[in-house]
Amino acid sequence: MSSSGGTLAVAAEPGGALSEGLPTPLASGPGNTAKVSSSRGGRLALRTVALLYLAVLLGAPLVMIFYRTFEHGLAPVWDAVTAPNALHAMWLSLEIVLIVVPLNTIFGIGAALLLERGRMPFKTLFGLLIDMPFAISPIVVGLALVLVYGRAGWFGNELAAQGINIIFSVPGMVMATALVTLPFVVRETIPVLREMGTDSEQAAETLGASPWQTFWRVTLPGIRWGVGYGVVLTTARALGEFGAVSIVSGRIEGQTQTLPLYVQDRFENFDTTGAYTAAVMLALLALLALLAMNLLARRANKKEGH
Amino acid sequence: MAIQVRDVNKQFGAFQALSDVSIDVTDGALTALLGPSGSGKSTLLRIIAGLETPDSGAVLIDGEDVTAAPARERGIGFVFQHYAPFKHMTVHDNVGFGLSVRKRPKQEIRDRVTELLALVRLDGLADRYPSQLSGGQQQRMALARALAVQPQVLLLDEPFGALDAQVRAELREWLRRLHDEIHVTTIFVTHDQEEAMEVAEQIVVMNHGRIEQAGTPRELYEAPANEFVMSFIGPVNRLGDAFLRPHDIQLLSDPQGEGEEALVERVVHLGFEVRVELKLGDGRELWAQVTRETAQQLELQEGQILALRLPQPRVFAEA
Repeated sequence: MSSSGGTLAVAAEPGGALSEGLPTPLASGPGNTAKVSSSRGGRLALRTVALLYLAVLLGAPLVMIFYRTFEHGLAPVWDAVTAPNALHAMWLSLEIVLIVVPLNTIFGIGAALLLERGRMPFKTLFGLLIDMPFAISPIVVGLALVLVYGRAGWFGNELAAQGINIIFSVPGMVMATALVTLPFVVRETIPVLREMGTDSEQAAETLGASPWQTFWRVTLPGIRWGVGYGVVLTTARALGEFGAVSIVSGRIEGQTQTLPLYVQDRFENFDTTGAYTAAVMLALLALLALLAMNLLARRANKKEGH
Repeated sequence: MAIQVRDVNKQFGAFQALSDVSIDVTDGALTALLGPSGSGKSTLLRIIAGLETPDSGAVLIDGEDVTAAPARERGIGFVFQHYAPFKHMTVHDNVGFGLSVRKRPKQEIRDRVTELLALVRLDGLADRYPSQLSGGQQQRMALARALAVQPQVLLLDEPFGALDAQVRAELREWLRRLHDEIHVTTIFVTHDQEEAMEVAEQIVVMNHGRIEQAGTPRELYEAPANEFVMSFIGPVNRLGDAFLRPHDIQLLSDPQGEGEEALVERVVHLGFEVRVELKLGDGRELWAQVTRETAQQLELQEGQILALRLPQPRVFAEA
């Protein structure tokens, strides 16, 4: 789901640029009709290729999922949605998102401020560490967590003796998801922070604002779109995370099954309606997050007169 | 409030931005820090504001040592070259920010903002966002914002540097009149000697992190302390070790009489002023500045031979 979220948002921009940005320079060249029509044709071809690519990768599979889900009418879909395990999986997925997203948002903003504004040693190393989850396969993240916190791991036994189970339960799944989605808010916030510069924060300081007031009233509003986009990416990725969570959760039906794990479980048990329905639920949740973000962005842009 | 800077040093890495800088600004004065880029003028201003910390030395505002005090406790207003607007706030909220963080009542903030917007001639634009204002309007908004908290000291960092020539000239004039009205001690940074001469009562000329000379515009022009000040504060001809101003050179039409002979190489008409590029008998070059009337009387043209009467040139002991 995370990839579909990213593709949708990115694809919207080149399309807009093609339809609005290009005609002006072309129209201003008088007596150059051959050139104009050939580049107009080129533009059309480019647009067709882009749309085809999207259709093959994203459109067709999505349409198929929706089609297969509702193939036999609404009744089986309703049954599949209200199946106890499906509902549990959805709530668990949401629960993990609701814990992971605030955690990584706070961490992300803090880390971005440190990396962009702070004077600290080993800054490069810190930045590399934050990017690690991008590079490492989620499976490896899951295995690593099991190695550290599992029964046979470094702390596993001590924690278990205190009654704390991390692996094969929700805490481990939260940790795995948090780790996998760690870089999004940081990486989306840093460029916005850099572009904003320090002038407005210093202006706030000279006007008598405390560091805390400056952060809440100047810095945070200034970077909110970067943070917001990071939050959407984090949400989408957290909802869709499969590999790391799959290893850490133990995939116990009705207990540690998130929506993606439930989809796979249904699929392997030849319950295609159940699998497709859960997949559609996942897609809708991710779409909802994207839509919410776009609406907020549009309203704010209108307000600030851009 | 009077401002004193005592033996301030500041280093950025290997770059010595300020070396033993001391200045005195009297209460209510309008002072310019003038110098080329990299001369340390902005750093000095930011140290006075508390936005940078000096490596050594002290800053006193109204006799009180504020070297260790954060910017928000210094009672200053600061205006940035690129205005530093709060882009997500309306003009009203921008100007009222300082009062709002002090938790003043809403009505008081509204009244004060209205008053200030009238002062900076932005009446009726309170509900706009900064992106809907021109550069000059944004800079006036930034000024109103700085004045809202009734600072004891107003500091402006190249306030008109990012504006086009006409708006810049207007705002300069306006800043001087504003200063006459509200009498707040004001220091502004500029690299434009004309701007400094026109606006400031007192000019501090800086170069390479040091103060070259401080004085009134007239003192600097008439009695420059050294070669740098002389050439930075106005146009200059250099003949060996000697310096002379182009408008001090007198052109005489009769080469037989007194004075040194020179060949007219080029005549440039700049409206009222005419620039005459000259070559002396020994090959040295210089230029003179004359009025249109003089140029007409002398019937100046290229290739003409003239006599020059040179004033006593200025020679500085140590260049």
